[in-house]
Amino acid sequence: MVPTLIGVAILTFVVMRLVPGDIVELRYAGSGGAVAQEVIDLERRTLGLDKPMALQFVDWMAGLARGDLGTSLWTGRSVTDEVMLRLGLSLELAIISTLIAVALAIPAGVLAAVRQDTWVDYALRLTSIGGLSFPSFWLGILTILGLLTVFGWSPPLLFTPIWEDPVANLSQMIFPALAVGYRSSAVTMRMTRSSVLDVLRDDYVRTARAKGLSESLVVIRHALRNSLLPVVTVISIEFAFLIGGLVVTEQVFNLNGVGKLLVDAVAHRDYTLIQSIVMLLATVFVLVNFLIDMLYVALDPRVRSS
Amino acid sequence: MKRSAPFVVALVLVALVASACGQQTATAPATPAPAADAGGEKPTAGGTLTFVVNAEPPSFDAHKETTFALLHPTSPHYSTLYRFDPNDLTKIVPDVAAAMPEISADKLTWTVKLRSDVKFHDGTPLTSEDVLATYNKIVFPPSGVVSARRGAYAVVDRMEAPAKDSLVFKLKYPSASFQAGLASPWNWIYSAAKLKTDVKWYEKNVLGTGPFTYVNYVKGASWEGKKNPDYFLKGQPYLDGYKALFISDATAAVNAIRGKQAQIEFRGFTPQQRDDLSRALPNDLAIQEAPWICVNYIVPNAKKKPFDDPRVRRALTLAIDRWTMGAALSKITIIKDIGGLMRPKGPFAMSDADLEKIAGFSKDGRASKDKAKALLAEAGVTNLTFEFLNRSINTPYEPLAVAIIDQWKQAGITATHKVKETSAYLADLRSGNFDVGLDFNCDFLDEPDLQLAKFQSASLGGKGLNLAGYDDPKLDAMIDAQSRETDPAKRKALIGGIERYAMDEMAWQTPTPWWFRIIPYNNKVRGWRVGSNHYTNQDLVSVWLAK
Amino acid sequence: MRRLRDGVGDFVRRRPLGAAGAVLILGMVLAAVLAEVITTHDPTSNSFADMLKPPSLEFPFGTDQFGRDVLTRIIYGSRTALVVGFGASLTGSTLGYIFGVVGAYFGGRVDGAIQRLMDVLISFPLIVIAIAVVAALGPGTLNVVVAITIPIIPRVARVVRSSALTVVAMPYVEATRSVGARSGRIMFRHVAPNVFAPYLIMLTAFLGQAILLEASLSFLGLGVAEPTAAWGLMLRGAGMQFLERAPWLAIAPGLAISAAVFGFNLFGDSLRDALDPRLRAA
Repeated sequence: MVPTLIGVAILTFVVMRLVPGDIVELRYAGSGGAVAQEVIDLERRTLGLDKPMALQFVDWMAGLARGDLGTSLWTGRSVTDEVMLRLGLSLELAIISTLIAVALAIPAGVLAAVRQDTWVDYALRLTSIGGLSFPSFWLGILTILGLLTVFGWSPPLLFTPIWEDPVANLSQMIFPALAVGYRSSAVTMRMTRSSVLDVLRDDYVRTARAKGLSESLVVIRHALRNSLLPVVTVISIEFAFLIGGLVVTEQVFNLNGVGKLLVDAVAHRDYTLIQSIVMLLATVFVLVNFLIDMLYVALDPRVRSS
Repeated sequence: MKRSAPFVVALVLVALVASACGQQTATAPATPAPAADAGGEKPTAGGTLTFVVNAEPPSFDAHKETTFALLHPTSPHYSTLYRFDPNDLTKIVPDVAAAMPEISADKLTWTVKLRSDVKFHDGTPLTSEDVLATYNKIVFPPSGVVSARRGAYAVVDRMEAPAKDSLVFKLKYPSASFQAGLASPWNWIYSAAKLKTDVKWYEKNVLGTGPFTYVNYVKGASWEGKKNPDYFLKGQPYLDGYKALFISDATAAVNAIRGKQAQIEFRGFTPQQRDDLSRALPNDLAIQEAPWICVNYIVPNAKKKPFDDPRVRRALTLAIDRWTMGAALSKITIIKDIGGLMRPKGPFAMSDADLEKIAGFSKDGRASKDKAKALLAEAGVTNLTFEFLNRSINTPYEPLAVAIIDQWKQAGITATHKVKETSAYLADLRSGNFDVGLDFNCDFLDEPDLQLAKFQSASLGGKGLNLAGYDDPKLDAMIDAQSRETDPAKRKALIGGIERYAMDEMAWQTPTPWWFRIIPYNNKVRGWRVGSNHYTNQDLVSVWLAK
Repeated sequence: MRRLRDGVGDFVRRRPLGAAGAVLILGMVLAAVLAEVITTHDPTSNSFADMLKPPSLEFPFGTDQFGRDVLTRIIYGSRTALVVGFGASLTGSTLGYIFGVVGAYFGGRVDGAIQRLMDVLISFPLIVIAIAVVAALGPGTLNVVVAITIPIIPRVARVVRSSALTVVAMPYVEATRSVGARSGRIMFRHVAPNVFAPYLIMLTAFLGQAILLEASLSFLGLGVAEPTAAWGLMLRGAGMQFLERAPWLAIAPGLAISAAVFGFNLFGDSLRDALDPRLRAA
């Protein structure tokens, strides 16, 4: 885990500094008008941007080790504050979307596999492929437009945590979660279907059938359990892909989440914020994968023995 | 005499105030909504104003920042010495000053008397010590402190506070424009006591003397203020409070107003956003529009061949039929009026008849394009091909570039659109790493020294501003001459000469159509008048909500 | 020749969805290749007299805010879509395929190192990669392709590896190994073909995804630039701003994107069903 995280840290650090443009120029020259070079130099010094790169990297890593994520170059507030403020929303969106995705995908995938090549299969496949085909932000825009023109209603603009006002919270979350979840369910559904199909043809399943076990028993006990491996892999990949997808969704629905913070930070060249958010996302991802690996071992006896 | 800073040195206020008339037009909307703010209505107190701001303030110190994103939510907490009259935005009136300044006979000593009834929101009274500390921070910032517009106050020699209620500015040379400098929307008056504890205290804290006190700031979401019960103007502010919502997505901003979750946005919307709102809220919408002191420039890189040849530069501007382009683009984005280097319909604008004689401003687009082709042939450049550097912002940069590139195409010039996000775009522009770029400028005042600042020599007065990279001493001299000319008619003539020289003869940088401010808002909002810029008149003191 | 015809006929009969997908793809390719021939308007010339006209005989999908014919731009847009889609997906998936097979086969330190690298790449939000690539290298089709290729590699590698692990653990692979056959030969002849199905699925899925990703990047202002005809760009520009006034501007490119992605997914699905080696054996 740790080498991965260090790799991410170095890559982020280097890549952002290779990109042209810097926060100080943006802040003062970005609104038009001139600013004296001394003003720009002064601000660079204050933010510590005039130090050599290696030193900046060491400073940052040392801070991370202490648990200090640094201060945002743009707002001067601690990165931890900025992120914690928005984490709840993004996390909630990711979780609800994944739940919707899994609830849609797995039953649909199993059903489609079991009823392969029937109209049920075709209909389910078409619907799930739709999820992969429609740009989710386009769906989002059309949804909002539809709500406005038909019902004259738009989702609330400010975020209320779910324990404070579940109705307001969910009415804000449900539409983006559906747009993201629908899209997310598509790949999982297809992988479920394909894995179940694979397994259904395997020898030991044919043996089970030949032994006279009922179809559903065969499916549930043998096929599903062994096809879960790649499906679980895909769900974890989708979760990570989701984080990236959140960025666009948060933009469309104007949700104040970590994704939007990241986009703004990159536009501002707010190095400390970018680095820390990327590290945070990477850590989450790596942790999730670690858990998945544990699940691997539990689910597939063949992997265990190798 | 050497210009010490790339900024304004002398602004002519007299010319400004005297000749400024009718520069803003509050047009009645075409849709069935009551006209905004008809005078004669009596303000009613009460209510909370909710408005949209599409970016968040990087810090809370207006002496340091340059973005409207700070002014909109935070100006209501502060006062300045002087401000622009909300009922007539061309007039400067006292804010915490008691009266207009007394100017000595030699014009070098300005005495400002202060009101005696102004209090900070923590109860402490405002004295000249606070104003002195504030202006010291702006004009003579201590080391480590950033004062973004310091160059504009280079004319100040020293300042003193002889009495508790008076302040004296001693200038190095007469400057009638200094008055406007004292009315700058950025010069919020801070508490000397707070500055003494930490000169950077105001970057993260709020304590002013303005009509609204600070309530809270929820990062990423909203900024709230409530009525200051001890405000020195009795009976004002009318509002109980206000809330600024930070919404960066344009569609979400429109939806906020449409869904009545917000009432107004103070920067401006596009024509189609205005039309969408009109259609959605036929009875609840008011619209105010005004020409904006914002414009884009086509900037050929004078240090790169073949743009060092004035014939090539002139061909570039000749090829663009501004009148047709402006008329078409005004239907889809925030630009409209055609003008030269000074805002059209403003106090220094050239007449249309004179304008049409300048290259690129003729109404006969076809003839101009033919002239462009001929010039290029003469300069030995056929099939001119280059990269056009632009900023990745929808409004109005993208549509403007699309139209310009097509105009060039019609004249046989091939430009590939190189769009970069702001940070990278600025880096390229400022380092001269471009062929032809699209630059921009916004000011809070119609003032030639401000608008012409970009045209000074790049290694002298235009440092950091003149991105075309040329040095032109003749132009420098012309700009210097107009800034010292106190007679308004003579000054206007001089500016005409500058425009002809800079845009036609040398074609260093040429403007595209000027921006246009469109503010559709909930018609319950009264007492706010649209001005020529989005920086002034944001303290909300005169705003009220109809029932 | 006759066998090919029979094969195609067979395919259409047995897998109608796949055939439908193939038709969509073919249409798209033809449009891209024959764009100059089948269109009557120019895709980038402005025509201020024709701004924002609704669909009509002259302009079947209407015009955009610069008076450009939307249908023409949709047709030319298929070029950008195909270049981005094929470029990114083919490169990314193939690289991921290689990494996945190699890692699964060798196991141990090699697998560990490859996995680390894939983990690092996958942990990077697409947006940071995209902005970094576009900001550093400048805008343009090629750089968008590079930006989109990078996140595809680790995702394909993971899936291929997970399937390949199962194959590598199988007795016949063990046997071939112990007999002394060369690693490359084993990987190429025994492991890779058996994980071709997931590779192909991912490839075709990412063909469509790449087109979608380009749309997202354009939506954020990081994709190809005007006045290029590209579906994602059309959605961002005219599509969003004029949603109510001129809905055809948002509908046409959105449908084009959806149809193209749909086509690739349908076809890829059916192709996979047809090509799975285990099915052949059965």
